[in-house]
Amino acid sequence: MAKQSNIKILTKGIFKENPALVTLLGMCPLLAVTTTIYNGFGLGLATLFVMVMANVTISLLKKIIPSAVRLPCFIVVITSFVTITELLVKAYAPELYAKLGIFLPLIAANCIPMGRAEVFASRNSVFKSLLDGIGMGLGFLLALVLMGTVREALGSGTLFAGTDFMITIPWVHENPMIVFLLPAGGFFALSLIIAALNKIINRPPPLSVGCASCSLNGACASCQTGGAGKEA
Amino acid sequence: MKEFAFIFISAILINNIVLSKFMGICSFLGVSQQIKSSLGMGAAVTFVMALTGLITYPVYYYILVPMQMEYMRTISFILIIAALVQIVESLIKKLFPPLYRSLGIYLALITTNCAVLGVALINLNEEYNFAQSMVNSIATGLAYTLALLLFAGIRIRTEHSEVPAAFRGVPSTLISASILALSFVGFSGLAG
Repeated sequence: MAKQSNIKILTKGIFKENPALVTLLGMCPLLAVTTTIYNGFGLGLATLFVMVMANVTISLLKKIIPSAVRLPCFIVVITSFVTITELLVKAYAPELYAKLGIFLPLIAANCIPMGRAEVFASRNSVFKSLLDGIGMGLGFLLALVLMGTVREALGSGTLFAGTDFMITIPWVHENPMIVFLLPAGGFFALSLIIAALNKIINRPPPLSVGCASCSLNGACASCQTGGAGKEA
Repeated sequence: MKEFAFIFISAILINNIVLSKFMGICSFLGVSQQIKSSLGMGAAVTFVMALTGLITYPVYYYILVPMQMEYMRTISFILIIAALVQIVESLIKKLFPPLYRSLGIYLALITTNCAVLGVALINLNEEYNFAQSMVNSIATGLAYTLALLLFAGIRIRTEHSEVPAAFRGVPSTLISASILALSFVGFSGLAG
């Protein structure tokens, strides 16, 4: 891997290699919880915390973990932080806990933290891994909020529902397109967002769902070259 | 018997794990390019889900609950699944080489498939007893297979169609998934 400046490490996760919108990882929570901005932001924050902590811990342990059993070790580290997050959310934001439901513990099975652990944290310094965790976590958070915005605005005609800053969109609120709150609308909204990004930045559209198709993520050859989905 | 039928139909049609609960999306989009690979993946997932249901139930109720360590369920379940996949893979490789050649590659993909962990957690959240958990686990595996098969059928037909440049690839696949999910909304009336 070429040497990258710290700023680049931080920003590549947000834009150029956005885990959700460019490399198409972690699709399950991206589609499932984003019926409102509030839910998307909550899960994004939880994932961000898990990724930063897991990246730092794995980077600290990289010399101790034997490479033959590295994947189970990563799983244990990531799931530990997921459990901590689960308990914290349950204690301090019980409403959010109820809304996110099963998708909070399922962060443990999200391919993004696992992929970053394998591709980045296990081969870079602690500080760089911290930046990478923040960048990738923020990128995922951004994608969740974007999805939440589209679906909430079209599906219920509000923005920021569930917070103190709730905005009602005049006409749409009376005539909401409820389909956007249904599972079908999740797929549709994501499709529109990816297509719009393709159009705006004029990139060649991703042809396959990169590393996402291999759920044991980091272990596959394409992840190890550092580019989930790049081979497409 | 009636409740088993209800759990079974609900898991397959009404609350389809892929199309209405959004679990296992990654493999749903990744593996569903051919009918044959969808069947292989579906069979492997169903098998692992059934085993997961079989093992996580006693582990939770006879080990974690008496020790008051319910909060350890995510860690213990994910390790059980990872270990299970490894064991099943070696066993099949040794005992049924032809089966391994057709299922082997899919087994390795399952470890962190969120649908498998998801079904273990759903069994707990719904407070199913052992028999109900087993029915739900197997039905969820079949639901996953059904979604994959249907989607593979659609993809084969739309693969070579002309779509606007920006929609080529993943966006058009997602639109197909959206329409398929919409058709499953029709089943929600079955719940009564």
